[in-house]
Amino acid sequence: MSVLEDNFKASGDSIQYVTVVIGGQLFGLPISQVHDVFVPESVTRVPLSAPEVAGVLNLRGRIVTAIDMRRRLHLPPLKEAQMMAVGIEYKHESYGLVIDTVGEVLTLSSNSAEPNPSNLDKRWAEISGGVHRLDGKLMVILDVDRLLGAMFTEPMAAA
Amino acid sequence: MDDLLREFITETNESLDVVDVELVKFEQEPNNATILDNIFRLVHTIKGTCGFLGLPRLEGIAHAAETLMGKFRDGAPVTQEAVSLILRSIDQIKDILGDLEAAEGQEPEGDDSELISELEAMSAKADAAMAGGGAAPAAAEKEPEESADIDLPDQSLDRPLRPGEVSLDELERAFRETEVEMDGDAGDAVAEAPEPEVVEAPAPAPAPKPASAVVKKPAPAKEEAAEKKDAEKKSGGSVSSQSIRVAVDTLEHLMTMVSELVLTRNQLLEIVRRHEDSEFKVPLQRLSNVTAELQEGVMATRMQPIGNAWQKLPRIVRDLSQELEKPIELEMIGADTELDRQVLEMIKDPLTHMVRNSADHGLEMPAARRAAGKPDKGTITLAAYHEGGHIIIEVRDDGKGLDVDKIKEKALDRGLATEAELDKMSDAQIHKFIFAAGFSTAAAITSVSGRGVGMDVVRNNIEVIGGTVDLRSVAGKGSSFIIKIPLTLAIVSTLIVEASGDRFAIPQLSVVELVRVQSNSEHRIERIKDTPVLRLRNKLLPLVHLSHLLGIAEEGHTEDNIETDNGFIVVMQVGSQTFGVVVDGVFHTEEIVVKPMSSMLRNLTMFSGNTILGDGSVIMIIDPNGVASAMASHASSAVTEQSEEAEEIHRKADSSQSAISLLLFRAGAPEPKAVPLSLVTRLEEFEVSKIERSNGRDLVQYRGALMPLVYINEGDHHKTEGTQPMLVFSDSGRSMGLVVDEIVDIVEERMNIEVGSERLGVLGSAIIKERATEIIDLGYYLPQAFEDWFMRKEMDIQALTKKVLFVDDSSFFRNMLTPVLKAAGYDVTTCNGAKHALEVLEDGYKFHAVVSDIEMPEMNGFEFCEALRRDPRFRHMPVLALSSLITPASIERGRQAGFDDYVAKFDRPGLIAALKDVFSGEMGAAA
Repeated sequence: MSVLEDNFKASGDSIQYVTVVIGGQLFGLPISQVHDVFVPESVTRVPLSAPEVAGVLNLRGRIVTAIDMRRRLHLPPLKEAQMMAVGIEYKHESYGLVIDTVGEVLTLSSNSAEPNPSNLDKRWAEISGGVHRLDGKLMVILDVDRLLGAMFTEPMAAA
Repeated sequence: MDDLLREFITETNESLDVVDVELVKFEQEPNNATILDNIFRLVHTIKGTCGFLGLPRLEGIAHAAETLMGKFRDGAPVTQEAVSLILRSIDQIKDILGDLEAAEGQEPEGDDSELISELEAMSAKADAAMAGGGAAPAAAEKEPEESADIDLPDQSLDRPLRPGEVSLDELERAFRETEVEMDGDAGDAVAEAPEPEVVEAPAPAPAPKPASAVVKKPAPAKEEAAEKKDAEKKSGGSVSSQSIRVAVDTLEHLMTMVSELVLTRNQLLEIVRRHEDSEFKVPLQRLSNVTAELQEGVMATRMQPIGNAWQKLPRIVRDLSQELEKPIELEMIGADTELDRQVLEMIKDPLTHMVRNSADHGLEMPAARRAAGKPDKGTITLAAYHEGGHIIIEVRDDGKGLDVDKIKEKALDRGLATEAELDKMSDAQIHKFIFAAGFSTAAAITSVSGRGVGMDVVRNNIEVIGGTVDLRSVAGKGSSFIIKIPLTLAIVSTLIVEASGDRFAIPQLSVVELVRVQSNSEHRIERIKDTPVLRLRNKLLPLVHLSHLLGIAEEGHTEDNIETDNGFIVVMQVGSQTFGVVVDGVFHTEEIVVKPMSSMLRNLTMFSGNTILGDGSVIMIIDPNGVASAMASHASSAVTEQSEEAEEIHRKADSSQSAISLLLFRAGAPEPKAVPLSLVTRLEEFEVSKIERSNGRDLVQYRGALMPLVYINEGDHHKTEGTQPMLVFSDSGRSMGLVVDEIVDIVEERMNIEVGSERLGVLGSAIIKERATEIIDLGYYLPQAFEDWFMRKEMDIQALTKKVLFVDDSSFFRNMLTPVLKAAGYDVTTCNGAKHALEVLEDGYKFHAVVSDIEMPEMNGFEFCEALRRDPRFRHMPVLALSSLITPASIERGRQAGFDDYVAKFDRPGLIAALKDVFSGEMGAAA
C-alpha cells in the first residue's frame, strides 16, 4: 500500500483506479480507498434495512455491511453468477460494495477525467465523480463518499 | 490540548471527587486530622499544578480555598458555612475544568473575585474566631499568596492544644512528609527546617518568614518534576504504585480482540470435534484454556466497584440535608461490589436521582419523624450485591413510604386510570404509577425533585441496559427501590431462533419462557378477529410472528405456518409488557459479544446490534425494547398490560367471553355435546314403555299433552329398555323432548365457538372442560317438533350473520340472554354498561343491532339510545329496549328516545321475534 501511495504521490496528477464492472458498465474506485477484494459469502439479510443493503457478513472477524451496487444503481439483479465485493472504509466503518467482477488496476491522468454528461441518469450522476475516456469504453468514477453519504441522509425506506 | 493538560484534568477531577467525600466526612468529625490532611494535600496539589500549567483562575480559587482550610488546620472552628463555601469553590473549580476541557486547554474567561473574597472573608472570620478577633483580620487582608505562606506555619501555634487534640502535630508531620516525599522525587531535597519549628514552636509566636521561604521556593521545581508520581499518590496512597492508568479505548480494543479470539477458538473447537483423532486436540485444549483465562482477565479490567458510582452521593446528600433541613444519614453497603464499567456509567444518574427522591419525598421532616416515633435523623441506605448473573442495587429509606392516595389522585388527574380501575388495584400496582411518564407526587416543585421527569426516566435508563426496577413501600416504614441489572453488557446470552429461513438472536434476559405450539396440543394459537393470541395459564398473550414483525414473511410460507399453528412462541417480557413472538424454530442458546451495528443500520430499532456466531456467520440481535414498541403499534389492541384489570376489559370486549352455564350431554355419538342450560326447561327420564309411536314419530304424554321426541341424528332410536333421559324444552305451552344417551354435567364455561359448523343442528365446536364439544343448535331441532316454532328456518339465513351488541349491567341477564340470542343464531357481544358499549362502538366494531337494558347506573338505556341517535353513524341502527318494567309510559319514553322496540326482559321469544322484526323490516326497507 505504501508503495502505491508513493506512486500516487510521485505521479502527481495521475490516479490509480481499481476497475469494477457493474451491469456491464466499467467503474473505477480510487485505489487508496479500496481495502480488499473478496467474494461475499454467507451474507446475513438485515430485515427492514434500506433496499440497497444486501446484508452483513463476516470478513476476517469484522462485520461488514454489504451494499448491493446493482440495486444502488437501479439495475436488475445479476442472476446465477459469482458476485464479487470491494471492501472500503467509510467513517471508520467497513462496507462491502457488491459488484459483478473486478478488473485491472488502471493508472489514469486526472486531466483526462471529464465531468458527468448532463443527460446522465440522476441516480447515477449523484454517485459519479466524473468519467474517464478509455480505448473503446468509458469508465465512471465511483465517488465513495457520495455513494455512502447519500444513504445516510436519504430517508430509509423500510424494505 | 497537550497530554499533560489532559492528564491534569482527569486527575484533578478525580481528586475533587475525593475532596467532596472527604469534606463531608470532615464536617461530621472536625477533629479528624487525617481527613483534613488528606483534603489539604489534594487542594494544595491542585493549586500547585494550576500554577505550573499557567491557569490563573483555577489557581486563585484553589489557593483561597486552601487558605481557608489552613485555618481549620490551625484550629479555627469548622462551621457549616465554611464547608459549604469550600464545596462551592470545588464546584467552581470543576466548572472551570469542564470548560477547560471543552475549550481544548484554554482557560475560560470569568471572574471569581466574589468567591475568592468570600473565601478570604471566611478565612478572616476563622482567624478572628481563632485569635479572639485580634490581629487576624490584617493577615487575612493580605494578598492571598502571602497569606497562605504566612498561614502555613501558624498551625497549632496560636493556642494551646485542647485536651484530646493530639492531632495537629501529627497532621503537620504527615503533611510535611508528603511534601518531603515529593521533594525527594524531584531530587531536590528540601531541608526539614520547618518541621522542628512547627513542632517545637511555642504557642504564641508566629514564625512566618522561614516557613514561607521553604514552602514557596521549592514548590514549582518539585511540582514540575513530580507531576505524575505526585498525581498518582494523591488519589491512591500506597496502592497507587501498583496501578497504572490505561485509556478506556485501549481496554475496549483489547476486549474486542479477546472476544474475537474466543469466537475463533470456538470455531476451531467445532472443526476439531468433527475430526476424531486430530493432533490439534491437545494444543487446542490448551489454547482454549488460555483464551478463557485471558477473557476473564480482560473482563476483570472492565469491572469497577460500584462505589465509584456512589462517590458523589455523600456530597449530594449533605447538600440536600442542609437545603431541606432534614438530618440525613447515608449508609452504603457493598460498595466494593464490582460491575462492568459501561453499566456503571449508565446507572450513575438513575441512582443519584433515586437518592435525591428518597431524601426529598421519602424522608419526613424531623418533627414528623419524632411524632412517628423514629429517630430525627433519616437514613438512606444503598446496598449492592450479586445475585445470579445480576447485580442488585437497593435504594432504601426509612421515611413515610409512598402515599397511595396521592398517587391515586394523580393517576386520575393524568387520566392514567379510572376510579373504578384504581379501586380494584393493589397498593403495589398503584405504586407502579410513579414510573409513568410525567408523574410526580411532590406537591410543590422543589429545586431537588418534583419536576415530574423523574422515575420514568430512571426506569427507561435502567431498562436500556436490560435491567429492571422494582419498588416496595410500606406506609410509615419507608420505601425501597430494587434495581436489577446485568453484570456486563459485553457478553449476552441469547437464544438463536429462526424466522423465514433467517436466524436471529434474542437476548435471554427478556425471554420468560418458550412454548411449543401445535394445533393438537393444549397450547394453540387462537384468534380474535385476525389477531393471534395464546391462552397461557389463564392469561391471554398477544402474539406476533417474527417474520411479520421484521417484514420478511415470504408469501404463503409463514401464513401457512401461522395457519397450521405449528412453531414456537418465545414469551418475552419487557417492562410490564408481556407478549409472545412466534418463530419457526429454536436452535440453542449462545453467549455472544454484542457488536454495534454499522451506523447505516442504526436506525433500525428492531435490532440492538449484531455479532459473529461460532460458525462464522453474522447474526442480527433482536432488541426486545424495539419489539415491544413495535408490538404496541403493530397491534395496539392486542397488547395487554400485565394488570388483571386491563385484561378484564379486553375480556369484556371480546365477544361472548363471559362464562355461562352449559349442560353437557351425550347423544348419538361418544363426543360431548352442550346446550346453554338457560334454554333447557327440564331434565326428564321416561320409562321406555311410556314412549308411544303415532303418526310416524315418537311421542310421550307429558303434563296432559303429547310431547314430540326429537333425536340428534335422524334415524336414531330411543333405548329399548329401562329409562330414557331427555331434555325438555318448553315454550308458550308447547314442549319438545330431545332424546339423549346420557346427561354428563353442568359447567360454567365461556362459550367460545371457535370452529363453525356446516352441519345442521350444530352451531359449532367449543372447548368445554378441555374437550372439544359440539354446541347444539336448538333452532334446528325445535321446528322438527313443531314446524311453526319461531319460523326458525327462514330466520336462520338472515340471522346467522347478524351481530348484536347486548348491553346490560346485570351479569345475570347477560348470562341468561346471551345464550338465547346465540342459540337464535346471532353473534353476540356483551357490554356491562352504556359507556362501555359506546367505547366498543367507538372502537369501530360493527353491529347490526343493539339490545339494551333500560335501568343501568351512570347512563341509562334512554340516554344511551339518545346518544346513539345523535351520532350519524348509528342513527339508523336498530336499537331494542329491554326492561323488566313495562308500562305504557315507559314504552312511550322509549319510543321518544329512539328505540325501535320495547321488550320485557323475561320474554325470550318476544326478544327473538322483535329482533327478527327489526331485521326483516330492515330487509324490507332495503329491498
